[in-house]
Amino acid sequence: MSLDAHVLAHRATFGVDIALRADDGEVLAVLGPNGAGKTTALHALAGLVRLDAGHVRVDGTPWADAHHHVDPSQRAVGMLSADHLLFPHLTARANVAFGPRSRGASRAAAHGRAERELDALGIGDLADRRPAQLSHGQAQRVALARALATDPRLLLLDEPLSALDPATRPQVRATLAGRLREYRGSTVVVTHDPLDALTLADHLVFVEGGVVVQEGSPADVVARPRDPYVAHVVGLNLYSGTASDGESVTTRIGPVVTGGHDHRGPSWVAFSPGAVALYPEPPHSSVRNVWPAVVESVELVGQTARVRLEVDPPATGEDDRAPGGTGATLVAEVTAGSVASLRLHPGTHLWAGVKAIEATAYPR
Amino acid sequence: MSPTPTPAPDAAATVPDAVHRRPSAWRPRASRALLVVPAAVAVALVVAPLLGLLAGTEWAELPARLTDPVVRPALWLSLVTTVATVLACLLLGTPLAWLLSRAEGRTATWLRAVLTVPVVLPPVVGGVALLLVYGRNGLVGGTLLEVFGVRIPFTPVAVVLAQVFVSLPFFVLAAEGSMRGIDRRVLDVAATLGASPARVLLRVALPLAAPGIASGAALAWARALGEFGATITFAGNFPGRTQTAPLAVYVALQEDPQTAVALSLALLAVSVLVLGLLRGRWMR
Repeated sequence: MSLDAHVLAHRATFGVDIALRADDGEVLAVLGPNGAGKTTALHALAGLVRLDAGHVRVDGTPWADAHHHVDPSQRAVGMLSADHLLFPHLTARANVAFGPRSRGASRAAAHGRAERELDALGIGDLADRRPAQLSHGQAQRVALARALATDPRLLLLDEPLSALDPATRPQVRATLAGRLREYRGSTVVVTHDPLDALTLADHLVFVEGGVVVQEGSPADVVARPRDPYVAHVVGLNLYSGTASDGESVTTRIGPVVTGGHDHRGPSWVAFSPGAVALYPEPPHSSVRNVWPAVVESVELVGQTARVRLEVDPPATGEDDRAPGGTGATLVAEVTAGSVASLRLHPGTHLWAGVKAIEATAYPR
Repeated sequence: MSPTPTPAPDAAATVPDAVHRRPSAWRPRASRALLVVPAAVAVALVVAPLLGLLAGTEWAELPARLTDPVVRPALWLSLVTTVATVLACLLLGTPLAWLLSRAEGRTATWLRAVLTVPVVLPPVVGGVALLLVYGRNGLVGGTLLEVFGVRIPFTPVAVVLAQVFVSLPFFVLAAEGSMRGIDRRVLDVAATLGASPARVLLRVALPLAAPGIASGAALAWARALGEFGATITFAGNFPGRTQTAPLAVYVALQEDPQTAVALSLALLAVSVLVLGLLRGRWMR
């Protein structure tokens, strides 16, 4: 285990308690909403934030614990932020050579190293430019070269692509993914963009309110979210409930009939927005799960419409339910054509249906 | 002018009636005059004396005046002492500005307040204070005299001390401001790249703060060049030894006004030249 860290630190309004481990060559993605403590954890690894307790060890060497703190300049880390933070008075080459020079390399050796790093990212021809003469995407690549030029054991990426415009982002993401495959140390990338995490990382750690709410491989997390935020990020409808038999889970939107499951007791049940069909009248078909619902919002993404619905509570036979419904939401993805034919707009009453085979249950 | 203004139909729908005022042609003109007249007076107050100086100069005699036995030593002394003052500001004030820019808390706040005092203090008072510390009975002056037999007041060293006292605050405040403006994250990145605090300062912070340091040095130099009150009190007015150009101007004005004018013109020319050189490159 080349990175073994348990960060316990406090910020102004909340505490951070996050454990992170990574092997050589492994890319760890830390995801979470703003203010979740992601950047604090990253800064603790870099040594820019002191630990209250816990530890940071790299290759078995202690970098920090409650009593000791190795200065950032003495840690083998490379850091890349959303803003490239290049030294504006130095050329791209001198920016990249700054690290090796600071660690005692000769001028010629440092410049040679800088040129190799820039070449590796396909920007060797920009070596003589200053940051002001670079596009944002180019500058971010120079900053990546600078972070790697010191042979860090630990590469820390803080929202590396979030400040780029949407047209540049895919190119830089591809460059980054390619370079990370060759990199031998451990990488921790903090992001709130699931696409970054899924394309770059081997292991995902979801953080909310300063603690880890779920972690696992991308495939595992995408298939089986265990937290509403995670479900939102991977784009699934997720409900907690209780499995009392082998074919349905009782949740706050009522019983959800699944394709069959073996466990009993506390359970999650998830289905994708694409599996949700919308009907103007109660459907007379084989669809087992049908809920009355009200449209909250409709958002077009390409040819697909994401429809956010508020699910009415299950009919209890009495007419005493609150007019606001259950408050539970459900996201459906339908074609733009359906939006027109169903006349979907906020406030439309309709029925949402999900086939049993589309709903997956797993223990909570 | 209609008694009830008829607002545009769509404006009437959104703007309440109370907002509408009687349209009047004189309002814009009157409010413009309210601004232009004081502004013009302000320009005149600054420009008229400068023009007066140019107009009052007897240009034909100027070369002879400037080689006057009183003028040349005074100009030379001013040049040497102000350069020494700026060097002292750079060497001592830069580290101080850096520490202040990184410091938080009460000590730094108090230190900043104390350092600002010479800016608002009448220079003569500064001269008296200097005399009390460096004079023969002063804490520092007495010791220097006893141990080394060195006397500071009424020497060129006193001229420099007086100038440093009044101009160092200008330098430190300007330099600190520009250092404070550096993105802290850039300095953090330099640290993660392995740069020691000294290297961060020399290779990153100082180059980034260079414009502020340069304009601080220019301010300090200008303040030192014009220094009068503290100098005459603490260093005296000995021609060739402690009589700087401003003191020489004052003395000459009593006996030989045209020499005073020539010397003033030389000071004006040097000041404008330095300002012009700094502008564009370092200052906006």
